[in-house]
Amino acid sequence: MNPNQAQLLKEVMAADFTLIDLNLYLNTHPYDQNAIMLFYNCAQRAKILRNEYERLYGPLTAQSTPYKCPWQWINSPWPWE
Amino acid sequence: MWVYEKKLEYPVKIKNPNPKLAKYIISQYGGPDGELAASLRYLSQRFSMPTNEAKGILNDIGTEELAHLEMIGTIVYQLTRGVPADVLERVGLGAYYTDHDHAVYPMSASGTPFTAAYIQSKGDPIADLHEDMAAEQKARATYENLINLTDDPDVIDPLRFLREREVVHFQRFGEALRIVQDKLAEKPFYVKKPDCMNPAYKR
Repeated sequence: MNPNQAQLLKEVMAADFTLIDLNLYLNTHPYDQNAIMLFYNCAQRAKILRNEYERLYGPLTAQSTPYKCPWQWINSPWPWE
Repeated sequence: MWVYEKKLEYPVKIKNPNPKLAKYIISQYGGPDGELAASLRYLSQRFSMPTNEAKGILNDIGTEELAHLEMIGTIVYQLTRGVPADVLERVGLGAYYTDHDHAVYPMSASGTPFTAAYIQSKGDPIADLHEDMAAEQKARATYENLINLTDDPDVIDPLRFLREREVVHFQRFGEALRIVQDKLAEKPFYVKKPDCMNPAYKR
């Protein structure tokens, strides 16, 4: 994986992790308006980063695999490689 | 990594509780040929697969099995929802009620708790894919046994869906096996030294 791809992937991972953590917090604090706003803003940012990553380096989920032959989803590297 | 979606893969809507049936169907939750074993088996084996086709199929079937686990859990939950303790006791779920009340716990129909001893992850892709094909057939047979024990169409419908998925998975594993066999049969451009000859493996 080239350094630019690794860097952008790291940003997607960070953005998504922010959502994971806020998600847990909000499950037990469902009336925290500020946290809800933060979640929403972070979700927007995560979506933009994800779209950018997928456009440049290929799909992060099978369902977002583009119309292209051969099927791109199974391409290396897998996360454990 | 994984993201949860708040929906089932296929709908489960059971109108009439039937705890006796739940006692049998729970085997597909945590039994020897159940969905939990299937998912853990494929998601563990995928790391050592030699081709992207095999990695992809194990990754994605292992993921789908988690959706099936959720469907089975839903069936067991709906079949036992609101059933009083004395009724559970009468159908043979007294011991289950003692330890788990109305919770869903991964175990076989005979009451054996889930164990990773149900699965293997051999590191040999041919051995692993053969195990996977056998596992799908065993799960298909189990679903057929469960359908034979049922006369409720609300239960038969999702069980039939799950049975069909086992057939599809068997087919895909067979294709992955063929791809892996072809790759392993390719003539190598150089002779690979056995691991014991590789200095990196020596202390």
